Amino acid sequence: MSQNHQLSATDVTLGYGERTIVEKLSVTLPPGQFTVIVGANACGKSTLLRGLARLLAPVSGAVYLDGRAIHQMSTREVATVLGVLPQTPVAPDGITVADLVGRGRYPHQGWFRQWTATDDAAVASALQATDTLDLAQRSVDELSGGQRQRVWIAMALAQRTDILLLDEPTTFLDINHQVEVLDLLTDLVRTQGRTVVAVLHDLNLACRYADHIVAMQGGRIVAEGAPAQVMQPGVVKTVFGIDSEVVIDPVSQSPMIVPIGRHHRLKLAVPAE
Amino acid sequence: MNVNVQFTPATTVAVARHRLRSRHRLVSAGLALLVLALEAVALTIGDYPLPVAEVVTSLLSPFTGVTDPASDFIVLGVRLPRAITGLLAGAALGLSGVIFQTVLRNPLASPDIVGITTGASSAAVVAIIVFHATGLTIAISATGGAVLIAALIYALSWRGGVTPYRLVLVGIGMAAIAAAITSYLFTRARIFEVQQALAWLTGSLNGASFDNLGPLALGLLVLGPVAAILYRPLASLELGDDAAKALGTRVEVTRLGTLLVAVVLAAFATATVGPIAFVAFAAGPVARRLLGPAGNALLPSALVGAAVTISADLIAQHALGRNQLPAGVVTGAIGALFLIYLLAAANRSGRGG
Repeated sequence: MSQNHQLSATDVTLGYGERTIVEKLSVTLPPGQFTVIVGANACGKSTLLRGLARLLAPVSGAVYLDGRAIHQMSTREVATVLGVLPQTPVAPDGITVADLVGRGRYPHQGWFRQWTATDDAAVASALQATDTLDLAQRSVDELSGGQRQRVWIAMALAQRTDILLLDEPTTFLDINHQVEVLDLLTDLVRTQGRTVVAVLHDLNLACRYADHIVAMQGGRIVAEGAPAQVMQPGVVKTVFGIDSEVVIDPVSQSPMIVPIGRHHRLKLAVPAE
Repeated sequence: MNVNVQFTPATTVAVARHRLRSRHRLVSAGLALLVLALEAVALTIGDYPLPVAEVVTSLLSPFTGVTDPASDFIVLGVRLPRAITGLLAGAALGLSGVIFQTVLRNPLASPDIVGITTGASSAAVVAIIVFHATGLTIAISATGGAVLIAALIYALSWRGGVTPYRLVLVGIGMAAIAAAITSYLFTRARIFEVQQALAWLTGSLNGASFDNLGPLALGLLVLGPVAAILYRPLASLELGDDAAKALGTRVEVTRLGTLLVAVVLAAFATATVGPIAFVAFAAGPVARRLLGPAGNALLPSALVGAAVTISADLIAQHALGRNQLPAGVVTGAIGALFLIYLLAAANRSGRGG
């Protein structure tokens, strides 16, 4: 799994119909690291992820997987190297966890190739990694939001791809489940050497977990690099249009962004209560 | 589920999958037995009383050479074609319906709702009223009408790809247009033609014979296995377009291919027996309810479709004594109740919109 495939975009322009969202953007995702894409709503971060995941064909430019244009490769071949968890996947009514995660084996099966012990093993290890093995026979409908998200990640893991792209995997989750999911993704990078790329909403969690941060605004990359280098008040101002203090996160030593709202500007000098 | 503790993780997964497979086999076998039983009933009851032994003798007569012209005519000439027609038309409608509902991710999106059977009906009415057609010509126009309206719906929904939602909306619109054409023709036609067209529009097995069963039988024989092969990409399509594509499914090709199979099945069934209402609509949801989480609903839906059609025809023939009804009246009445039930169930679970 650790042969480390490489994903990059060169001068890629992405959009829907007439509307251009990302313009002439180039980025290389560092292999074997956890990259987090951040930015305000409608900055093009999900669009970029969908482009990288070949879910959206570029208007111009290209996305390259190991030097080959991804949209020219067979979608199944890509699916053995690159896994994607889209923002809103649909769980068919009543489907069980084992069945849903088993669908992740699709790219490894041919028209007539039956389910084998290898598939069982892949599904089992995906369930173990996400701590959902106990839920194998449960219906996905009856799971909590956090459990469900872990099951979807398990499906992407069962695909056994070196690169994993996730679109807002923690949105709608409680803070405990957010941490759970991000810990799991970090495990994949640290212990299995996979390349993980996620779009995240929460800046502080992004700073805490990312090896590499990509900050976007208006369809462009504003800053890119290790969180400690990238996350300066100036960048936060450009990306989110808000003043902030950047302090050191007491738990992870990563930068922590403290936004300054209108009502708190004057209290800056006052020590916290 | 503490019983799982003794298993290795891979065994736990294998056991979970095995349970689904066993349930799937059980449901399919049960439905197949039910269909067989209904076929047996359809062969044995009727206005002309025949003991079971004679029915069996007649059925075997092509092999044994033991013939009895009277009972052979009743069994082989009347009841068997009717029973087989019900089986094939019901299976084709059930299979077509569940494919539509799966591809369009919408339990209400069956070929009779999104315009396919309505298109077939309009074309048949045009053939009957404008061209004074009969028999095979009506069947051919109905098939053509279904395929034409399907192509129109697909083309009008295309914006660099089609989304299920747009297909359903365009389909409902096209169904309304097709129905309007039918109504318009009724206002211009002579009463005898209207009567003939209406009889066709209700859908019935009255005219069943082996002579016009060929296309439907061949269609099922070829497209049934094709549908089975397409099941795996179809199953990943259920997870949403993005997730399906992420898994390496060719989304547009799968959607077009499966819909084509479903359209042709619905077209052949409608051409053979007329637009028997609600079979395509109800078969999938009923099969899914029986299957629970046990996956592939294609075969069970075909079997439910067959069972519903055969029993509707039995009720239509025998429930009201001498007054025979077309099967489409019975399926329509049952189907309307079932639709209300489905909507109520969807509302309870908050998916009613």
